[in-house]
Amino acid sequence: MAAVSGLVRRPLQQVSGLLKRRFHRTAPAALQVTVRDAINQGMDEELERDEKVFLLGEEVAQYDGAYKVSRGLWKKYGDKRIIDTPISEMGFAGIAVGAAMAGLRPICEFMTFNFSMQAIDQVINSAAKTYYMSAGLQSVPIVFRGPNGASAGVAAQHSQCFAAWYGHCPGLKVVSPWNSEDAKGLIKSAIRDNNPVVVLENELMYGVPFELPAEAQSKDFLIPIGKAKIERQGTHITVVAHSRPVGHCLEAATVLSKEGVECEVINLRTIRPMDIETIEASVMKTNHLVTVEGGWPQFGVGAEICARIMEGPAFNFLDAPAVRVTGADVPMPYAKILEDNSIPQVKDIIFAIKKTLNI
Amino acid sequence: MRKMLAAVSRVLSGAAQKPASRVLVASRNFANDATFEIKKCDLHRLEEGPPVTTVLTREDGLKYYRMMQTVRRMELKADQLYKQKIIRGFCHLCDGQEACCVGLEAGINPTDHLITAYRAHGFTFTRGLSVREILAELTGRRGGCAKGKGGSMHMYAKNFYGGNGIVGAQVPLGAGIALACKYNGKDEVCLTLYGDGAANQGQIFEAYNMAALWKLPCIFICENNRYGMGTSVERAAASTDYYKRGDFIPGLRVDGMDILCVREATRFAAAYCRSGKGPILMELQTYRYHGHSMSDPGVSYRTREEIQEVRSKSDPIMLLKDRMVNSNLASVEELKEIDVEVRQGVSSSSSFGTQITLPPV
Repeated sequence: MAAVSGLVRRPLQQVSGLLKRRFHRTAPAALQVTVRDAINQGMDEELERDEKVFLLGEEVAQYDGAYKVSRGLWKKYGDKRIIDTPISEMGFAGIAVGAAMAGLRPICEFMTFNFSMQAIDQVINSAAKTYYMSAGLQSVPIVFRGPNGASAGVAAQHSQCFAAWYGHCPGLKVVSPWNSEDAKGLIKSAIRDNNPVVVLENELMYGVPFELPAEAQSKDFLIPIGKAKIERQGTHITVVAHSRPVGHCLEAATVLSKEGVECEVINLRTIRPMDIETIEASVMKTNHLVTVEGGWPQFGVGAEICARIMEGPAFNFLDAPAVRVTGADVPMPYAKILEDNSIPQVKDIIFAIKKTLNI
Repeated sequence: MRKMLAAVSRVLSGAAQKPASRVLVASRNFANDATFEIKKCDLHRLEEGPPVTTVLTREDGLKYYRMMQTVRRMELKADQLYKQKIIRGFCHLCDGQEACCVGLEAGINPTDHLITAYRAHGFTFTRGLSVREILAELTGRRGGCAKGKGGSMHMYAKNFYGGNGIVGAQVPLGAGIALACKYNGKDEVCLTLYGDGAANQGQIFEAYNMAALWKLPCIFICENNRYGMGTSVERAAASTDYYKRGDFIPGLRVDGMDILCVREATRFAAAYCRSGKGPILMELQTYRYHGHSMSDPGVSYRTREEIQEVRSKSDPIMLLKDRMVNSNLASVEELKEIDVEVRQGVSSSSSFGTQITLPPV
């Protein structure tokens, strides 16, 4: 992990490395891979590795996936492993949970997490709580995945972020990948995990290409669930985000860097269990905290981070109150100008950072 | 008098003496098996149903009798413990419905699967847990099958998936277990139970659709005890022909108070599923003596006369006993001995149950 992030963030060292006299080595190429293809690869590798893994959901098979995330899988694995379901979220989520209880390892796709609300009883009461209620006798090795949060112009019923809702529940693990490396490593870890895992993808990120470093191209590349990643080191302020807003935070950091403000950007990667230790260590270094999320403010991910910072050792290191940047507290409007102003933008993040730093 | 005392002391002196006396008595007096007529099942989308006669062996009869009596006494003990506030929260008892859990188990293999809702104590026993583990769980003890963390509605065993608290949610789960059976190719079936109240849940129809579409080896079983909590079937369902509610899924309506009827129907249904034809639906017409749960006296929405009539005319344990005695498969005394043994067994299980330590915090 450290090696990978070093490669990305220290161009100067790379150049000086090249200038040293060395035998020529062909370094494995870092590929450009979209988030969509990264998830596809991750699922493909796990389907190949373990025959108990299977995928079910609406349009996942013959349509190649509503967002083409499962493209090619039905052709490769057939009807038994890639199953098209009728439009029956509660029913097929329950069927997936039952199959997991009986020893299979289903990946249950919700076309978007908005539709998971129809099945939320099966996710929470049948999947999340069972291991505990049975005192460890009955495990539920299931993955629920799909796009979460705002898209573009799909309005209120199709734009809700469920990170806080699922992150609230003991018994569930909840992950929220940002880039391709995250997406691939986390989906693989989720599938191999014996607990129910909710994977909150992002539709707007599906088509975005990222460099997939060499080690992420291995079939055993896993990202541990429960560990955040410091995407950019900084000294003046800690900025924590998950999913698409991580990119916006990095943009904001680039702008602010020109003004002499160095932001430390943390990519949460996992919502539950939250890696509060990484955030605490960072806040104890920078003395300032801003959280950024796409979801609504009340009872959200940022609220939880702030509460935990207050409860832990980092509180005494804060030089200013922590600030949350969130989606607007409204059902998502349709008109572009309204929609754009209902989600955190780079300017909102910069504003919050400057306010916290009192500059 | 002395003879009676001797007989009583023999009965009370423990199991060790009995096998010898029973074997002696058996080889001299009893039939090995008998054939009985059972009620014909109403059929939906089926040309033929289960047979209308069945053979009961003495051995099976005694086993079923003992099992049903154990479930009965265990439930009555739970009633007692609840009133003593040693069991808390929800407690849904199934006395009156013993022919269902024992009869279903008699028609399947231990390698088959079963899932039900919250009226689950009987199934927890028939699927293999001991009365002691069940009562310890009900009383929140560490020796309970879920170490005190699950309680009445969340007890699990091998190939038994609970115990589920959300009405109807267990039905898609059961279809999913059936999917796993088909996926693994092992010729196993899943019995997926729900009540007359749950039968109106939408997710059940979603499960029917997918089970039929994918030909899952799922036996959907509606345990119709005439009341969904306090609402009679007439007040809850536009169609009370629960065995037909699967529409495109074939169904049978079964006398759920007759254990032999339940057993034959289950064998029929399991054979149907195992042949790869897809799901089938069974409605078991049964009755619960207790209210919906321990907080429901059960007499505000039905008459005491009705309860008493079922008890006197259709009690499943009584029906089996009469059949066995009348066809010389067992004697009244022998069955009484079983009653006493079972009572003692449940009693000792419950006193142990209240003594096991509490779960660690």
